[in-house]
Amino acid sequence: MLRVTGLTKSYRSAGEDVAVLRGVDLAVATGESVALSGESGSGKSTLLHLIAGLDAADSGEIRLADITVSALNDAGRAELRRDRLGLVFQQFNLIPSLTVADNLVFQSRIAGRHDAAWHDELVERLGLKQLLKRYPEQLSGGQQQRVAIGRALAPKPLLLLADEPTGNLDEDTADEVLHLARDLVARTGCGFLMVTHSARLAATLDRQLTLHAGVIA
Amino acid sequence: MRRALWILAVLLSYWRRHPMQLATLLIGLISATALWSGVQALNQQARIAYDRAAATFGGSRTAMLVSRDSATFPQQLFVDLRRAGWPVSPTLEGRVQIDGRNLRLLGVEPVTLPSEVGNAPAVGRGNLLSFVTPPGEMLVAPETLRDLGLKEGERPQANGTTLPPLRVQAELAPGALIVDIGIAQDILRMPGQVSRLLVGKSKAPHATLESVAGDKLRLVEPSAESDLERLTDSFHLNLTAFGLLSFFVGLFIVNSAIGLAFEQRLPMLRTLRACGVSARLLNTVLVIELVSLALVAGLIGLVCGYFIAAALLPDVAASLRGLYGAQIPGQLSLKPVWWFAGIAISILGALAAAAASLAKAIRMPVLATAHPQAWQQAQRRWLMFQSAAALAVFAVAAALIQFGDSLIAGFAVLAALMLGAALILPMVLQIALALGQRSARAPVGIWFWADSRQQLSGLSLALMALLLALAVNVGVSTMVESFSRTFLVWLDGRLAADVYVSAASDAQAKEIKAWLRDRPEVEAILPGGRADTQFGGAPIEVLGLPDHVTYRDNWPLLESTSNAWVRLRPGDTCLVSEQLSRRMKLTIGDHIEVPAPGGNWPLEIVGIYADYGNPKGQIAVNFAALTRRFPQTPQTRLGLRVAPDKIAPLITALQEKFGLDDRNVADQATMKRESRRVFNRTFSVTAALNAFTLGVAGIALLTSLLTLANSQLPQLAPLWAIGLTRRRLAALELLKTMAVALITALFALPLGLLVAWCLLAIVNVKAFGWRLPFHVFPLQLIELLAVALAAAFCAAALPVARLARMQPASLIRIFVNER
Repeated sequence: MLRVTGLTKSYRSAGEDVAVLRGVDLAVATGESVALSGESGSGKSTLLHLIAGLDAADSGEIRLADITVSALNDAGRAELRRDRLGLVFQQFNLIPSLTVADNLVFQSRIAGRHDAAWHDELVERLGLKQLLKRYPEQLSGGQQQRVAIGRALAPKPLLLLADEPTGNLDEDTADEVLHLARDLVARTGCGFLMVTHSARLAATLDRQLTLHAGVIA
Repeated sequence: MRRALWILAVLLSYWRRHPMQLATLLIGLISATALWSGVQALNQQARIAYDRAAATFGGSRTAMLVSRDSATFPQQLFVDLRRAGWPVSPTLEGRVQIDGRNLRLLGVEPVTLPSEVGNAPAVGRGNLLSFVTPPGEMLVAPETLRDLGLKEGERPQANGTTLPPLRVQAELAPGALIVDIGIAQDILRMPGQVSRLLVGKSKAPHATLESVAGDKLRLVEPSAESDLERLTDSFHLNLTAFGLLSFFVGLFIVNSAIGLAFEQRLPMLRTLRACGVSARLLNTVLVIELVSLALVAGLIGLVCGYFIAAALLPDVAASLRGLYGAQIPGQLSLKPVWWFAGIAISILGALAAAAASLAKAIRMPVLATAHPQAWQQAQRRWLMFQSAAALAVFAVAAALIQFGDSLIAGFAVLAALMLGAALILPMVLQIALALGQRSARAPVGIWFWADSRQQLSGLSLALMALLLALAVNVGVSTMVESFSRTFLVWLDGRLAADVYVSAASDAQAKEIKAWLRDRPEVEAILPGGRADTQFGGAPIEVLGLPDHVTYRDNWPLLESTSNAWVRLRPGDTCLVSEQLSRRMKLTIGDHIEVPAPGGNWPLEIVGIYADYGNPKGQIAVNFAALTRRFPQTPQTRLGLRVAPDKIAPLITALQEKFGLDDRNVADQATMKRESRRVFNRTFSVTAALNAFTLGVAGIALLTSLLTLANSQLPQLAPLWAIGLTRRRLAALELLKTMAVALITALFALPLGLLVAWCLLAIVNVKAFGWRLPFHVFPLQLIELLAVALAAAFCAAALPVARLARMQPASLIRIFVNER
């Protein structure tokens, strides 16, 4: 479903080009969950951002189902994120002025893919029923991340991309959140690519990849 | 569409959670729209009145034939021109007094009146017969009838004649009386004379003007702008300048609120982009959100503007009447264009104020790190650029002072000075606060100065607004006070006689003079008179001054030859008013020729005198010479020198003997009191707009402090954690605001004095034709400094009180959120 071929990306830092990705090849099948690890600065988040269309690669190709992500313009990439992808970040990135209920339906509504039954199931499974009227600032970190996962999965994306989703959580909460995410991913049958530092959490997914010196080791 | 609405709902949800910021934004837009629209309403109301006046039976909107060298000419010329095919219609104009009120009497000939004399009333159609056959009819505006305290059908007395019955005509300009020309000739005692011939637009062939009238008449082409509009341009420009200033001060608030909201919404905007909202859609919805808010604020602002205009209209009308003799109705009647323009200016203002933020949103990379301090950091980078821009703007101001020679250039100098000062203010504050920081020794003191510097970027726009408002206040107050002081001295000179008498007619004036000669308490009778003529293409007044020590000692001469009064006696020299000398570039020793009924009157200029408040040019000549050259000059005005203790009994005796009322006979003190009242009323509008502008600046400061209060908490919480009480922190916050306000106010004082100098030396000279001496009033400056500090104290009081009462839990949350 996701195929990345020969992906390169470099940044300019202190007047020099720093190559972050030097020809990454990667594939994630439908329903598969993959953990991507690597030391700080190895380019894990950059790779995730390129796949999400948040940034553009220097060369190489990213294909998601029948779409060549790397060939899309800004509007096309926005449409891709809206309709085909779910994104979860370390900082939760909820909309602070919306209630939990509004945050949950936000992406599915703008994608025109709102499914009331699936929404109710998400609320139930994520344990958010009592929190729907609260605002993000009134939630704990774990609760906020559960809302973020719900928002990302509400439009039933093809692929869920998570960038250190448990980085701000304690160990027990991290386990609980990841467990929920894995369950829901399995329920939707979408692919799951997670960037993580934790070897322990990585081991709970189907496959583990390590990024080292800009290539998949 | 539904997608856009969803995004709009998300963006609007931010305001629901931040009502204070929304209030700031709306207050800014409402203030800006209200003050601008209020001033525009006043200008529009005045222009409607000018149009009515201009369109009344051949104002400047109609082509006309006038005499080359005198006020009137024989009616026979009208007959000759009609016979030669000219579509002309005669009018005769003069002034009559009804119950002490001086009114314009206009005689028209309804049958030949051109159809295109603007919105002139339709005499000569339904009521032609009753208008032209004795006793005729006298058409008046409803306002005039009300002022006279008369009813329709009544027949008042004037010039010793019973006037025709009054009939109301709604479209007429106030202050004008319209009668058939034959009746006007009788009332004005000018048989067979006409003032001008209105020229219709008939394309029928006709003989040349010269072949019929020789060189007796000249054609005056219609003007798009009436005389009143020309005269009052500077007054309206002043009002507009104030309106614009208030508008910009309001936009400062909007800019500050939108900038802060944008920074605080950056993470939200990036989340929206990450969730798949395209940049184009997001920016479109941001603009829609802003326009919607501007629409709401614009409507509220217009309503407020209406009330502001209604409150100021009586003073504006009084100013225009006092300064220019323009009659403005006391009730607002606004055109639909005013409402549309108000909404448009609100939307355009909001878009302009938000332009920088919108541009940032368009360029915003979806992956950039979002942190609310980015805006403030960017502001610091702008500091150097702003200061460089300020220096460039100052250079433009200097060039305009050097090379500019118009009223617009004068206002441009003022605008450049203010803009430059506003731009350089953040640098001035940075330097002052850095000096404070360098001198501080205690840790809290060092933090105090350092944190004040850090807060500057968030406060600088509000402080700029305060600077501009204060500078304008200092400038205008200094100008008004300088004017007031000069005006009072001038009044003493111009109103040197002890009693002033205005007789109903020349005959009555003769009787009064004869009676006065037998009164031992009357030390001197000083006859006065005034004739109208043209000079340099514009109407001027010729004033007759009797040769008497009263004038020699008191007349406000600005410069003169050593024996000016002696040289005035033979009638071949004159004094000219300052505005006429400036307009026509006349100096002492110049020779001029003034058109008079008997031919041009050659005069040498022997002095220049101050004539404040007179929009017309004026020359003063010997009274006897004036009556020789202008024999039809009414000689109804008398000045009397009377022993002080005999003034009151003399006035009573005059009133009893000749049936004069308070308007016809007044003592010097009454005249001066009335003149001062008109003077003060003239500047009451300025004072009100001054207060509004300062109020808006105070609101700008308050709203900036309120919006900054939350972002200040992360700076204050650590200090609280290490042992500074909330009360002490609140006191320090108050002190910080007062410190920057004080530095701003101290910077505003010299700027304000510079503004005053510009107003006195450039704008007034170009606008009114007179230059006033520049005075500094230290007490007034101290008072304004206190007002500025009080405004800053009031603005800071609410956020500081909130901080002092803040629950410890709110401060602890800062650390929880920052984990």
